[in-house]
Amino acid sequence: MKPAPFDYLRAMTTQHALDALAQSGEDARVLAGGQSLMAVLNMRLAQPRVLIDISRTDELGSVRVDHKAGLLTVGAAATQGNVEWRETLRDEVPLLAMAFPHISHFQIRNRGTVCGSVAHADPSAELPLVLAALGGDVMLRSRKKHRVLPAGEFFQGMLMTAREPDELVEAVRFPLKRPGERYGFTEFSARHGDFAMVACAAVVTSDSIRLAVGGVADRPVVEQWPRLRDEDLRGALNDLSWKLGAQDDAHISAAYRRHLVRQLGWRVIEEAK
Amino acid sequence: MSNTSNGNVMHVMRQGERQCVTLTLNGRERSGYCEPRELLSDFIRQELGATGTHVGCEHGVCGACTVHVDGVAGRSCLMLAVQADGRRIDTVEGLAPDMQLGDLQQAFQRHHALQCGFCTAGILMSCADYLQRVPDPSEAQVRDMLSGHLCRCTGYTPIVAAVLDVAARRRQGEAASETVEAAHA
Repeated sequence: MKPAPFDYLRAMTTQHALDALAQSGEDARVLAGGQSLMAVLNMRLAQPRVLIDISRTDELGSVRVDHKAGLLTVGAAATQGNVEWRETLRDEVPLLAMAFPHISHFQIRNRGTVCGSVAHADPSAELPLVLAALGGDVMLRSRKKHRVLPAGEFFQGMLMTAREPDELVEAVRFPLKRPGERYGFTEFSARHGDFAMVACAAVVTSDSIRLAVGGVADRPVVEQWPRLRDEDLRGALNDLSWKLGAQDDAHISAAYRRHLVRQLGWRVIEEAK
Repeated sequence: MSNTSNGNVMHVMRQGERQCVTLTLNGRERSGYCEPRELLSDFIRQELGATGTHVGCEHGVCGACTVHVDGVAGRSCLMLAVQADGRRIDTVEGLAPDMQLGDLQQAFQRHHALQCGFCTAGILMSCADYLQRVPDPSEAQVRDMLSGHLCRCTGYTPIVAAVLDVAARRRQGEAASETVEAAHA
């Protein structure tokens, strides 16, 4: 349970990180909070040749709110704790405030980063789900170019994203609370803090329902409906539960996953009304 | 290495290369050698000899190795020793300076909140950080914070009781010292 050998580079500036990625992108992993990556290295599920540590890259550590643009921008080195313990978060991005208590544990959120979770793209992770539900985006940067991808284009499959080997996830942007929107979040896991078997986030307005589901398909899936009610909503949730292509696994059956999508989906939408 | 980590120079350490890491352990500056892949948990125990921090699962789940990094509770098995260079690391040894148990440890003793003690060092470090931030937690909040730790002896109930007891006593202590100040005003 010790990592295989690697070269260690500590980036003091964003430029350092971009140069290192340009040089050894395919063989390198970016180390931010390390709360997923270090476990993976300890178990030798990954053996990168180079680790690029951005945890001390001050210019990547910011958390900024731009009310004019309506965005909360979280830099690559900012921890989940940095965002979670903001006193104003509940007014800024209420869905994030609802989701944080479900993410692993207090001690892990103290060091884990928001961008790291998004870049890792675990299909059952909460932060990719919230980003997808809100229609946020991911800012990618390499030595050659900047680009911004909507969450729906960034997530491409289980632990797969549109990030190219020489690109750094420089920041992610969550839309701020919009007037008339209400939110709900819930998940089901074996124990508190474990990976979600099914996680649901809802954004409800006077004429629309948006439901994002994690933990079933290979990435967060977002579905939008008009304000369906009663049997219509039950029917739509049932269709969605089949569309996600749930699989049997060591934890629960596909049928139970579909059941959870129908039940938790209904519950978060009710909660958000 | 402390010198090279300052300023705008990218610090580079090749695999297998051993370099000196200097950190502040429980208020004292300490140095040791490590290669890039050495975990902070192993460095603290094996290089610095502070064996109060325990190593359990080595993938962040059990919580036994929890320490403070610049005052914030985190897993020392999910951090490289080289990442701690120049930082302040506090471990369970720091809770009992001069071999006198701190109030958290005394409460754990009063409530029988440990049996084998393997998980205790990490739990104490989590509690120390959490009570600084949330001085008046509910039982649900304490249980939520403890969910980041595995204890196979106690069933957690006495741990919850100990943490709530410390929080209450600290608040009473503060209230008492405020009364004294008021009387002297």
